[in-house]
Amino acid sequence: MELVQIQRSLVDYTKSLFMEGFLDAQFLQLQQLQDDSNPDFVFEVVSLFFEDSEKLLNELIIALDQPNVDFKKIDSHVHQLKGSSSSIGAQRVKNACIAFRNYCDVQNIEGCLTCLQQVKQECYLVKNKFETLFRLEQQIMASGGSVPTIELGF
Amino acid sequence: MLGSGGGSGSCSKDMAVELGDEPHVLVVDDSLIDRKLVERLLKNSSCKVTTAENALRAVEYLRLGNDTLEGTVSEVNMIITDYCMPGMTGYELLKKIKESSVLKEVPVIIMSSENIPTRISQCLEEGAKMFMLKPLKRSDVKQLKWHLMKCRN
Repeated sequence: MELVQIQRSLVDYTKSLFMEGFLDAQFLQLQQLQDDSNPDFVFEVVSLFFEDSEKLLNELIIALDQPNVDFKKIDSHVHQLKGSSSSIGAQRVKNACIAFRNYCDVQNIEGCLTCLQQVKQECYLVKNKFETLFRLEQQIMASGGSVPTIELGF
Repeated sequence: MLGSGGGSGSCSKDMAVELGDEPHVLVVDDSLIDRKLVERLLKNSSCKVTTAENALRAVEYLRLGNDTLEGTVSEVNMIITDYCMPGMTGYELLKKIKESSVLKEVPVIIMSSENIPTRISQCLEEGAKMFMLKPLKRSDVKQLKWHLMKCRN
């Protein structure tokens, strides 16, 4: 595929992620922090997020499986996950966390279990999206091209 | 664990940022992602950055509570701290800083992912310069720098 075509694919793909709500404006802020002196900033931060979310999700599975569920602990984990997903612009994960915390507030175990599944699903989905995004970027750079930036208000 | 952006080693108690000097900001947050984000935002705005992963580390770094050593650390021109942290909260850290005769003039910014009016007024009443909603953006850092420049004579 020609470089121009890959670049266009990347732009279209990124736009679709915004349209479908996977990403929000915070992701653009993240991209703006990347430059020649920090060329892998987005990749690093997104990778940290997935390491973090995996640990938190495992803790949540264990916590919800206890005979006496500690809702404070669960809320604390979800709060953390909500924070980090918000920081990278992973909007659907963030929204799933907000719903999760609402069920924590009223100590509804069934609701929490459902939300846990939703959060897991959203993390899984956005992870795949990011992997595709990074792969396209790598293809562009391997072809000697530069990664096009998305402008707000497209 | 602390991350240092390089300090000037100045022992001056003068809070004014000298012309040409990069302001030194201490960032306190238990989230590694948020520390990285704020650090990058600040460094892109020509600030020196030191990070601390919780309030206790910040207290140690600032030598808070130690009369002879307070303020002898690389001069910190601003402290940005998360509100919700395990152990000592950002609010408690703010109170400690305001109790210090040396460090009480250092502007303290509180960050939080939650927009809770009582929390905000509590922090402002205790002397926080500003309360900011996370995640921080470039426009937020511009505001911060303006506050830093206000310290200039």
